[in-house]
Amino acid sequence: MVVFDKPHALADIPLHYCPGCTHGIVHRLVAEAIDELGIEGRTIGIAPVGCSVMAYDYFNCDMIEAAHGRAPAVATGVKRADPDRHIVFTYQGDGDLASIGMAETVHAAARNENITVIFINNAIYGMTGGQMAPTSLPGQVTQTSPYGRDTNHCGFPIRVCEMLSQVEGAGYLERVAVNNVKNVKNAKKAILKAFKNQVEGKGFSLVEVISSCPTNWGLTPKKALEWIDEKMIPYYPLGVYKDRAADEEAAK
Amino acid sequence: MANKVLMKGNEAIAEAAIIAGCRHYFGYPITPQTEIAAYMAKKMPKIGGTFLQAESEIAAINMVYGVASTGHRVMTSSSSPGISLKSEGLSYLAGADMPAFVVNVQRGGPGLGGIQPSQADYFQSTRGGGHGDYHMIVLAPASVEEMAALTVKGFELADEYRMTSMILADGTIGQMMEPVDLDGLKVNPAPEKPWATVGTDCKRFHNITNSLSLVPTELEQQNFDRYKKYDVIKEKEVMYEEYMMDDAEICIVAFGIASRVSKNAINEARKKGIKVGLIRPITLWPFPEKVLHDTVGKCHTYISVEMSMGQMIEDVKLSTECRGKYVLCNRAGGMIPSPEQVLAAIEEANKGGAK
Repeated sequence: MVVFDKPHALADIPLHYCPGCTHGIVHRLVAEAIDELGIEGRTIGIAPVGCSVMAYDYFNCDMIEAAHGRAPAVATGVKRADPDRHIVFTYQGDGDLASIGMAETVHAAARNENITVIFINNAIYGMTGGQMAPTSLPGQVTQTSPYGRDTNHCGFPIRVCEMLSQVEGAGYLERVAVNNVKNVKNAKKAILKAFKNQVEGKGFSLVEVISSCPTNWGLTPKKALEWIDEKMIPYYPLGVYKDRAADEEAAK
Repeated sequence: MANKVLMKGNEAIAEAAIIAGCRHYFGYPITPQTEIAAYMAKKMPKIGGTFLQAESEIAAINMVYGVASTGHRVMTSSSSPGISLKSEGLSYLAGADMPAFVVNVQRGGPGLGGIQPSQADYFQSTRGGGHGDYHMIVLAPASVEEMAALTVKGFELADEYRMTSMILADGTIGQMMEPVDLDGLKVNPAPEKPWATVGTDCKRFHNITNSLSLVPTELEQQNFDRYKKYDVIKEKEVMYEEYMMDDAEICIVAFGIASRVSKNAINEARKKGIKVGLIRPITLWPFPEKVLHDTVGKCHTYISVEMSMGQMIEDVKLSTECRGKYVLCNRAGGMIPSPEQVLAAIEEANKGGAK
């Protein structure tokens, strides 16, 4: 009896991510959701620019590599090409989604584009070697904020779920984390829901996943997971920020 | 009998695109090409197509990239400043070998420039526009009829060679009205696109639309292969018109609306017995190098009539190996050369003669 297996939607090849990085967990959760909904054959994933740039090799569904920040626009094109068939997800980091691609993010949400966005927030640019991200915490030391993020100089980190919750078009917004078993289980539920929403035509769904970057945080993998509890979650509280379908149901 | 209708050049592009099977249009408002978007906004919802006003030109070209990846015929249109914004996407389309159709109804620049007609995006379009080694097929219509015909041709070429084709028009041709025979447009069906990312149906290995290649030898090979394809295009797809070139000693080179002004000037000059003709590139890339090269020894002077500070003249010199005299007859910033200005340049060149 098989008790634990690789999801079919996840390619059986080694991932390039650093030891202790949580991308692998989130990739698996996405693949499990695709498997459970039986949608692999009609799913098209959009990889960003950033650490997950090569995610196109890691999923067995058709994949597209987008320019930096443009994944929601590319996803819009793919979805509209065949809205009844195509299930489209983007997988984006914080620099991609909340800095260079903020316009594409907000407007895809405003249009209630029927797509699924997986947003990895690890408060740093990983691929380029640890620069300050739009979500880097106040005081956080990075390569480009070597004295700690000075909010007088470069402003404050952006809380994406809170911001998008003010956008009428957005359908479902939830922030989760993957730093312990309980949180991973919740993350799985949220990601599954974000895909299910699309299958059911419920519109724009975004799951923000608080993730770790031990390499660029300068912490051991274990310490990095603790840092999520100590520093990240207090600034980025977990929870559902919008669920229009549930709200409408409750209003009935 | 031909069923001619009176249309603006911009509208002719939009209707021809629909005839060519394009059902997906993405754009962002900018003068002087807004009629294309307005036409699509009216028509697309009625024929089951997509019209979407994007949040920016950048988003629009990436929506094009998304649809192109699925193999459907897709287009966007803009004018000069907007094309600069789309250039990132054009480079990605080239790197991923995706077919797309793009229209640039040029206006004066640089910067925000003006809204009057221009041809100053010649360099930008014929050299690629974005970063990296690549070309687009660049088509230069000189009439409303050609706006329609070259639109259909543009979709076909994009599909055949898996690359972007661009109409490089100007505000004049975009805005003016002329009769056009849309019923006469013949469209070749799109080829099979086994590379399209439309879902695997769990029956094949996944397709990937991608322009990333981290192994330099592989990336080099991709560039080599792409340029082999470009060589085929240079061999097979060059289009041009010759006008009174049989005995010409002075050769005018002009495209778009500047070529029509030039024809008027040539007609006047011929009345005065001056042996002058016109080579009008219809494809700006690939440039009609061969036909120009064939004039070496026959023509002593080349007059490049352009609505720019002199961009195409470099290709004229290259094609003729700098073996003639070269004159730039131009206006810029949204101004159009007059037939009198071109005639004066012809007469001046005729005085000089072959030396």
